[in-house]
Amino acid sequence: MSAPTDVADSVRHVSLRSGVYADSVRLMQVSREIGARPGVRAVLVAMATPLNLELAAGMGLAPDGDAKPDQLLIALSATDDAELTAAVAAVNTALAAREQTGEAQTIPSRTIAAALAEGPGRALAVVSVPGQYAVLEAADAIDAGSSVLVFSDGVPVEHEVALKRAAHEAGVLVMGPDCGTAIVSGVALGFANVVRPGPVGLVAASGTGAQQVSCLLDMAGVGVSHVLGVGGRDLSAAVGGLGTLDALAALAGDEGTERVLLVSKPPAPEVAARIREAAAGLSVPVGEAVLSADSPSLTAAVETLLGELGVDVPEWPSRPGTADAPAPGAVLKGFYAGGTLADEAMLLAGPVLGDVRSNIPLRPELDLGTDLRARGHVVVDFGDDALTVGRAHPMIDPTLRLEAISNLAASGEPAVLLLDVVLGHGAEADPAYSLVPALQAAGLPAVVALIGTEADPQGWSRQADALAEAGAAVFASNAQAVRYALDLIGERA
Amino acid sequence: MSELLSGPPAIVAAGVEVFSTALRTQGADVTDVDWRPPGFGAPEDLTQLALDRRRASANRTAVERMLAAGSVLTDVRPAREVLGLPDRTLLHSGPPLDWEHASGPMRGAWIGACLFEGWASTVEEAEKVLAAGEIALDPCHHHRTVGPMAGVTSPSMWMWCLTDPVGGGQAFCNLNEGLGKVLRMGAFNDEVLTRLAWMRDVLGPVLQAAVRSRTEPLDVKAILAQMLQMGDEGHNRNRAGSLMALRELSPSIVAVDAASSGWSSSDIAEVLRFIGGNEHFYLNLGMPTAKLAMDAARDVPGSTMVTVLSRNGTEFGIQTAGTGDRWFTGPANTPVGLFLGDYGPDDANPDIGDSAIMEAYGVGGFAMAAAPAIVRFVGGTVPDALATTERMYQLTLAENPAMQIPIMGFRGSPSGIDVLKVARTGWLPQINTGMAGRVAGTGQVGAGLVQPPQQCFEQALAALAEESRRAA
Repeated sequence: MSAPTDVADSVRHVSLRSGVYADSVRLMQVSREIGARPGVRAVLVAMATPLNLELAAGMGLAPDGDAKPDQLLIALSATDDAELTAAVAAVNTALAAREQTGEAQTIPSRTIAAALAEGPGRALAVVSVPGQYAVLEAADAIDAGSSVLVFSDGVPVEHEVALKRAAHEAGVLVMGPDCGTAIVSGVALGFANVVRPGPVGLVAASGTGAQQVSCLLDMAGVGVSHVLGVGGRDLSAAVGGLGTLDALAALAGDEGTERVLLVSKPPAPEVAARIREAAAGLSVPVGEAVLSADSPSLTAAVETLLGELGVDVPEWPSRPGTADAPAPGAVLKGFYAGGTLADEAMLLAGPVLGDVRSNIPLRPELDLGTDLRARGHVVVDFGDDALTVGRAHPMIDPTLRLEAISNLAASGEPAVLLLDVVLGHGAEADPAYSLVPALQAAGLPAVVALIGTEADPQGWSRQADALAEAGAAVFASNAQAVRYALDLIGERA
Repeated sequence: MSELLSGPPAIVAAGVEVFSTALRTQGADVTDVDWRPPGFGAPEDLTQLALDRRRASANRTAVERMLAAGSVLTDVRPAREVLGLPDRTLLHSGPPLDWEHASGPMRGAWIGACLFEGWASTVEEAEKVLAAGEIALDPCHHHRTVGPMAGVTSPSMWMWCLTDPVGGGQAFCNLNEGLGKVLRMGAFNDEVLTRLAWMRDVLGPVLQAAVRSRTEPLDVKAILAQMLQMGDEGHNRNRAGSLMALRELSPSIVAVDAASSGWSSSDIAEVLRFIGGNEHFYLNLGMPTAKLAMDAARDVPGSTMVTVLSRNGTEFGIQTAGTGDRWFTGPANTPVGLFLGDYGPDDANPDIGDSAIMEAYGVGGFAMAAAPAIVRFVGGTVPDALATTERMYQLTLAENPAMQIPIMGFRGSPSGIDVLKVARTGWLPQINTGMAGRVAGTGQVGAGLVQPPQQCFEQALAALAEESRRAA
């Protein structure tokens, strides 16, 4: 107990009131409030129970005469009369005070589990937290019986396998990790374009590949039902196509999907065999837009599909370039934001130009390392993980690529510049705005693969016109853009 | 999975805001998670547990057992008989403890129990035998027992004997002494010893006769469910529950054949007056009820659910369903709250008592919304009470349909604390508690709110992850 109250040196007020009741907690609160007043030596405001009377006696503040437990005891000692009177008044005020009532503040959910427990039906979790924690949030979704899109990268492959196995058992889908693109019933997730609804379902191990395919289909008047991303590693031997198999099954069971197209970089051969076997057993036909030396063009895969659907292949939109022809000995400089589009460029350019070096080389001996200024035929993927550490994807932040264009121009190396510009949700609001002055300053012949649709927030034609105005040749098809660039070089070869 | 593709999904997003913004622009239904990095825990441990394929079903099993457990009052017997507690043995609250490390109120309660049992005739003598290790000391929890505050239980003390009619488990708790100068708060003066003797000689035997005379055993869990609808939360506020217990027991108490048992009618009157005058009489019935439920959830490999929250005045200890009877301990915090008389914060002992079993079960601090009066202990408001319970839902695995909170639309109380969720949110369980005086012999000085130390959960998380790796 604190030091005994010096009763002799203070004035006291001890009273009992009948017909007043307050909860003991409320009274302890009042006692504390009054006790905090500077002139107050000791205070006990409490119902006059035996226990409280004993406490009052211990404080030298016992009431005279009989006290009953249903009476309110107000016992105070203060330094002087003024303080005492003020303190008693303060007790009355405190006892009469009304508390704040009303609704609880909403406690925001800290985890996917908590948010899903709040219970939206048909929920899809989207996880873009740092990679080392993405598994925790994704596992929440699976536990709750919801599918999940994991945008985060940096998730170890064994964790990807564990998540996909758990999802399979739970009957839900894990899209990703490192899944940048998906469209579920018209809702675009991550980097995705505004495409018309329709009968073609895409399973995509490649985000920009899926964007190219869905945009070309849209331009041909064919819509997509869903685009299910599975993450770039899904078709590797380590993951074994777990996500692809489940996504194929999901689309096969979807009423709105009549045909499926698998979009991917080359899969591990044993995985490809397993996928083909599974696809053959499905109720819907499954086509492939899988890049390889034998099938180097996504556009060709789209055209094959259109043929199967009995749809005429349109003339893919383009804008002619107006730039001067390249200087003699010009090399190809492909500066890409989309990894699959960069792959496609190398697969198409390789047979014409010979070796093309890259930070994502087709063969290990073509590795560029970190030297983005290397001379000769080069294709750089600015979206590669090594170049996005600590910065946004080049589809959002073009700084690094603009720097590279400027460096190339300064180097004086004769070159044809080949670029992709990806439109749609998630991408830069107006990519031409920063790219046009960079191209004008560089003064190099430029070819742009413009991946998007008219309905995209940026508008395909608006962007195409702005880029063409700056002298660039613009193509909706990356394959056509690459071939045009090769032709430019070839004229002078 | 077919459900996913059947129409536009409702998006629940954790992470980069730009995605949610893009989704809202499309008119999609988006809920943002207020995500932040885990409060504690090695990333590899968190991941190990998140990906443990046993976890979800193990936690479901633990929850089902916890929720299914019932609690009926079957008997009242001395600890000597019911626990086989030998002479010179004392039970205490919390994790294991010795004299050297014990706090004032725990020492005071041990001293009082030695005097009560006649193992010492003076305080000094009691201190001597205790310090010499001549009295065996053991946690209540090691004997299917719980005890409020010091939880000190000696062979001559009478115990409530409760049974889980579903799983067949048993749990025990001593009888509540009332408020103020009481043994469980560390007081041991004549008043305390006289009351303990009366409880031994009159209260215990009368209650035994009354309980045994009932045709139907008292459903103690049903009282807990009802009191949550009457302004109690079952830990710091047991008023309605105590009155309901009195209502249920009094006909049998009055019907006890006093004369032939050697009691007078004034003894019976005193028993009724004692029960009626004790706002916490029910606590010692509520605690073994929670203990039955939490013991039912024990030993489920892979489960990350907490089965014990308990304090001995020096350390806080927890156990989990996935790690058996292993304790994970850390230094107990000192509650924040309101004080009796002119006691103040300096007089309060660190957190003590097995009564946090109520929070493990999902009532007490977790059902704060049911008892807004309690939140005033820290100067809070009614909305604060609601917010506290709202927050606890994010730490727990289930909502207990038997324990409904009227003001929340009769939502079940948040039940079954998940160590993994505690780590990820960084929020610690909220406990409502009494405060004992720091100095032995003082008794109660106040009541308030407290949280466990994070270390307990850090250790439990690491141990669960280690077990998970071994099992993989």
